[in-house]
Order: sequence, then C-alpha cells, then structure tokens
Amino acid sequence: MEAYLDNSATTRCSRAAAELMMKLLTQDYGNPSSMHNMGVIAENYMVDARKKIARTLKVQEKEICFTSGGTESNNLAIVGTAEANKRNGMHVITSAIEHPSVSNTMAYLEGHGYEVTYLPVDGYGRISLEELEEAIRPDTILVSLMQVNNEIGAIEPIAEAGEIIKNKNPETLFHVDAIQSYGKMRIFPNKMKVDLLSVSGHKIHGPKGSGFLYIKDKTKIHPIINGGGQQKGLRSGTENVPAIAALGVASEEIYTDFDAKIDHLYSMRNHFVEEAIKIPGVTVNGDTDHNSAPHIVSVSVEGVRAEVLLHALEDKQIYVSAGSACSSNKPAVSRTLKEIGLRNELLDSTIRFSFCVNTTVEEIDYALEEMCKMIPMLQKYTRH
Amino acid sequence: MYKAFLIKYAEIAIKGKNRYLFENALVKNIEYQLKNVEGTFTVRKENGRVYVETEGDYDYDETVSALQRVFGIVGICPVVLVEDNGFDQLVADVIAYVNAAYPDKHFTFKVDTRRARKNYPMTSMEINAALGEKILEAFPNTKVDVHHPQVMIHVEIRPMINIYSTEIPGPGGMPLGTAGRAMLLLSGGIDSPVAGYMISKRGVTLEATYFHAPPYTSERAKQKVIDLAKKVARYAGTIKLHVVNFTDIQLYIYEKCPHDELTIIMRRYMMKIAEHFANEGKCLGMITGESIGQVASQTMQSLAVTNEVCQMPVYRPLIAMDKQDIVTIAEKIDTYETSILPYEDCCTIFVAKHPVTKPNLNYIKKSELKLSEKIEELVKTAIDTTETILVDAE
Repeated sequence: MEAYLDNSATTRCSRAAAELMMKLLTQDYGNPSSMHNMGVIAENYMVDARKKIARTLKVQEKEICFTSGGTESNNLAIVGTAEANKRNGMHVITSAIEHPSVSNTMAYLEGHGYEVTYLPVDGYGRISLEELEEAIRPDTILVSLMQVNNEIGAIEPIAEAGEIIKNKNPETLFHVDAIQSYGKMRIFPNKMKVDLLSVSGHKIHGPKGSGFLYIKDKTKIHPIINGGGQQKGLRSGTENVPAIAALGVASEEIYTDFDAKIDHLYSMRNHFVEEAIKIPGVTVNGDTDHNSAPHIVSVSVEGVRAEVLLHALEDKQIYVSAGSACSSNKPAVSRTLKEIGLRNELLDSTIRFSFCVNTTVEEIDYALEEMCKMIPMLQKYTRH
Repeated sequence: MYKAFLIKYAEIAIKGKNRYLFENALVKNIEYQLKNVEGTFTVRKENGRVYVETEGDYDYDETVSALQRVFGIVGICPVVLVEDNGFDQLVADVIAYVNAAYPDKHFTFKVDTRRARKNYPMTSMEINAALGEKILEAFPNTKVDVHHPQVMIHVEIRPMINIYSTEIPGPGGMPLGTAGRAMLLLSGGIDSPVAGYMISKRGVTLEATYFHAPPYTSERAKQKVIDLAKKVARYAGTIKLHVVNFTDIQLYIYEKCPHDELTIIMRRYMMKIAEHFANEGKCLGMITGESIGQVASQTMQSLAVTNEVCQMPVYRPLIAMDKQDIVTIAEKIDTYETSILPYEDCCTIFVAKHPVTKPNLNYIKKSELKLSEKIEELVKTAIDTTETILVDAE
C-alpha cells in the first residue's frame, strides 16, 4: 500500500488538466500574442481559464494575472505594490509565520529602505487583531498575511483583518497569501476587503509552474518582470498557455461539489488526529477544530527525530514532510513552530501530514497502523 | 597560436631505473584525461620530456584544465616548436612568438636559453644576448631585466627548438597507478573526499566504502556520496565504491552498548568492514579524513581505539590540518558544495548528546562483549548485502 500524505508540498495533477496541457503543447500550441488564427485559439484558452478562475472568487476576469506560481505571485504582490506606493509611505506589515516567499521578500524590502512590522502569533499560530490595528499607521502601504499556515494549518482571521485595515487606513493595501487555502475554503476577496490574493496551481491538482495573482481593479502596482508587455504590461513573457488552461480546469474542478469535499477532508483529518494522539509521545500542534485548515496536521513525536521518522515512513511508502516541504531542503528549524512556542526538544521532531480530496480512509488507517508499530521502536533510539 | 604543451614533472625525474614506469604512467594518464576534451591530441615522450601536441582545432581552456587534473604534472607550458633553420630564422620565430603572445609590449624580459643539443653553433650565453638585442630592436618599449623580469622567454635547443614563456601550475604529486591501491572511508562530509584526493595525488588508486542506514538515511544521502566519488574520480580515475547497509549493526549497538560509546564502537565496526573489502581488493592501506580533535571520535584517544581494530595501515592525510585548510582544498577540487548539502548520514542519525571523548580501550572492549551474540552474523550480512558501484568521472 502507498499513502501520499504530502499534499501541501504538491498534489497529483488532475487528468483532465494534464490532458488539456498535452493538447495545448502539441496541437493548439500558438502564441497568444500572434496575430494569426493560431494565436487567437491560444488566447481563447486563456480567456476561458480566466473566466473559470474569476467565477470561483466572484471577481472580474481582468483582475486575474497569471504567474509562474505562488512564489512569483507573492513577490509581485509585495514588491510590485511597495514600489508603486512608496510615495505614500514605506511601512509594511506582515506576520511572523509567513512562508519564505513572503518573509524573504519582506527582508528584500528591508534592504531597500522599507520598514517591516512582524506581528507575533499565539500558540495556535494566529495573529491578534488588536496588535494588527495598533500596527497600522498613516504611512502603512501594505499588509500581507497568509490565510492558512503551511506548516500547522492555522487559519488567520482574514475577513476581520480586512475590516480593521480599511477602517484604520483606507489607503493601505491588503495582500493575502492564499496558496494553502484556495481550494480548501470559499474565498471572496471583495467581501474580505482583500486587494491582492496569491494562488498556486500545483497545490490544487494543477500543474507546477502555474498560478495567479488576483489584483483588485485600479490597484497601484508595478511589474517585477519587464519585457514584451503581455498581461497589460504587468507580467511580460509569453504566457504559459498550457499551464494556464490547466489551472483553469483545476480551479473549476476543485470548487465543484465543494461542500462534500470539505466535509470529507475534515472527517478524515479528525479521524487521523483522534487516532494519532493515542500513540504515546504523539501530540498535534495548533488547533484541530474548524479554525484550522481541513488538510494539514502537524504532529510532534517525543524522542524521534523528524528526518528519521520521515524516512522510516518512506520505507513503508508513506510520504510526509519534515517541517515545511518548500523549505525542507535545509533542515533549518521551523520559524512557525518556534513562534507558536513549541518546546525546543520537539522542534526537530515534528512532521506534517497533508491530505487532499482524493485521500482515502484506507490510506490514513495504513499510516496510523505503521506509526503505531514504528514510533515505540524508534523511541528506543532517542538521544540521551 | 599554441599547438603543443610542454609538460614538466619534478619528482619523477629523479627516479632511477624505474623512471620509465612513471613516465609511461604519466603519458597514459594524460591521454586518459584528454579523452573527453574537444580536439585531437598526441602525447609523446622525448629525452626526459613529455609533449602534448594538437592537431587542428582544440579547446585550449578545457585542455589546460584536463592537464591540471593529471597527478605528477608540475607545470604546463604552452609551447611553440620550430625547426632549426639557422639563427636568423630563430630570431624571426622568437619575435613572431613575442608579438603574438604579448599584445601589450610594455614589459621587462629576459631570454633564458638551454642548449640541450650541443652541436648548435652558438653557446647559450651568446644566444641570450643576441636574441635579447633583436627583441629590443623589434619592440622598443620592452626592457631587459635579468634579475626580476616580468616575462621569461625560454628558448630550448633540442631536436626541435622550444619557445615558451608561461608555466601553468599542475597538481604535482605522482602519476596515478604507480603506488598501489587504498581503501577510502568515504562519508558525505567535507573531509573524506579531500583525504582521498590527497592520497591519490601520490599515485595511489582508490577504492571507497560508504556506510548508509536505510530507511533512516535518504536516497539523497547516498546519491550525494556517489556525486562526491564522481568529483574525486575526475582526478583519481574510476573508483570502486562499496555501499554497506549499516542499519542493523547500528541499531544493535544502540540496543546493547552505553550510548556515549555508540559512535566509537560504530566506527570500529566500520573500520573492520572496510578492511574486509580492502583485503578483498588487494589494497595496501586505508584512508580516512580524520583530523586530531575535530570531533569527539577524532581525539587522539578515540583514534587510538578506532585504529586498534585494523591490521592494515590507516593513512590520515588531514591529521594535522585545520578545518579551513581542508575547506580550501575541498573548494579547489569542487567537492565542497556537494559536501555541505544537508542530508543526514548514518553518523548523525543516532548519536549520543555527549559522546565519550577519551575512550578507554578496555572499557570499549568490555562493552563490545555485550554484542557477542549476534554481531558476527550482522557483520557478515552487511558484507554479503553490500552493493558495489563503479563510479566514473562525469
């Protein structure tokens, strides 16, 4: 048996999306900028993808800018708005547990003269709205928050934050990193007063190298990639039409029968958590109710090193992440886990299980069964 | 402009009756390294000299860097070879050489002639003086400086006349294959590839043993070691790599022995297993990357305890080197970047927080008695299930 429980690292591409990509690579392979019919056909695929995506967010089609994925979307949102609005101020707010594609971009801004406020989080990984309100100043041009934390699944109070930001300073732009939340929650930027929203394709069964940034109409933003002026000059470079079209398909698919999917995810997560905490030495980090994402469970195992457990599970064809997969090529201690106040001994003993709509109860039971056998054995080899 | 390279070697020249063996090995190794370089090359021995001659177009930079990987070479001189058609022709050749080699003619120089062919009508001193005068005439901005010249123009009168003025340093050492074989204990760290390189530089052919602990160490950790072996193989030629599954032995030691002695006991079993393959491969010694005091298992006490299990000499070329010096070599041979990739290896997965730093052999042996029930069988299984990979440079 095999259990791929690393869906927050990446997901399997949907067959319909992959087949469409194949067609666009080998048959309808025109450049949307070409004036001839091949170009028009290609452009139509993009128009269609835009339509599908806009519908899921209830936004206008022209507000979708396609990118190469989550990291680029975050970079464009942060650097693009910071540059375009620096006459209004050079102060930016974010949280202390952002993904590196946000936190390192913030560090880049700091190197270029901007001031960045990092909001701390509580033991469940959530920011305090009072602290957010206090941090907003007349010269605050941007607030960037993640909706779902990639390591522990905490859900940030985005709608409330949007309200607070716009009340305190209507000029302040609000960017939301929705890379782990899109396809797991219903997201309506207008209702939440969000100006920019980043999404990655390969986290929702789309292809790698696809993604988009929602940019509310009339938002002041500069491009970070310059060239031939595609996508209204905001993101030059020949559009990755196969990936864009496939992303459109994946977005539409993930929001079809959505409530049933989310119920399924929550029931599986709850089952997993219930059984996992029965294993001696196992604790689950963060919240495990509906204030936490349905697909991410962070598990600490007393006395077992994350990398050892990860490879032991791998040996049984169970695939998980140690810390955050996106940054896990270097076993640096996770900032999120530190920020939520996880005990030092557990920082190096934490792994992440992440599910998708196709995850089955059998896979979860198999993983639990192997963990029950494996963990007591591995705990014998703890460091003394 | 250069169609040939004059290869200089130092230590080989002082060998006696065996000298031809070293020279032949050098020629063979040069040919081997040039195999993958764009161009057609002939390697030729002549009167205690080795020449690499090219035919048609070739990639100069690639050629030089290939030659810089041949142990035994001290200097690589791009050389112009001309026929002896009288002194006037030689003057014309030398002037053409200087003109092409130095676009900017503001420099000081000295001519250094060696007359290996004694029937040449002028003496070395006469040639030096005459050529110097002609160069000054041709390029009025040049100056002679016999003490500290910026450019030393070498003219060697042999069957052909050699004109050259640069010497690119080679790696030094002795030609590969002239010293015997040795077994390198290769980990994923910075030190062991450097140790292998250094011993190989003395002409020693390498084999290597790597211990991994699946499933607790990842495939990436093993691939990293293979990649390191490939990098070393660029200098040392094909390396036979033995990949030993060490998990069961490690867990068994962990179960039975005091945890602060785990590393030292583990290393003793690693040495034993490596020595088995060393004997099998007719190696004359083993190589480790140990350096005194670097970590707990490399104190002099620990080294003595580890060393005690093997019969074969263990060569430790880094023993007195500081980490930074080792890193410098690792960067030079391009293993550093790979070595610092952060995958757990079997030495870091199950370790004690405070390993013993001054182990006592008697205590360690007493602890090892606790292993007597199963250890021999486990060692045998580890040896029997070892995977052997022939690693070539890429």
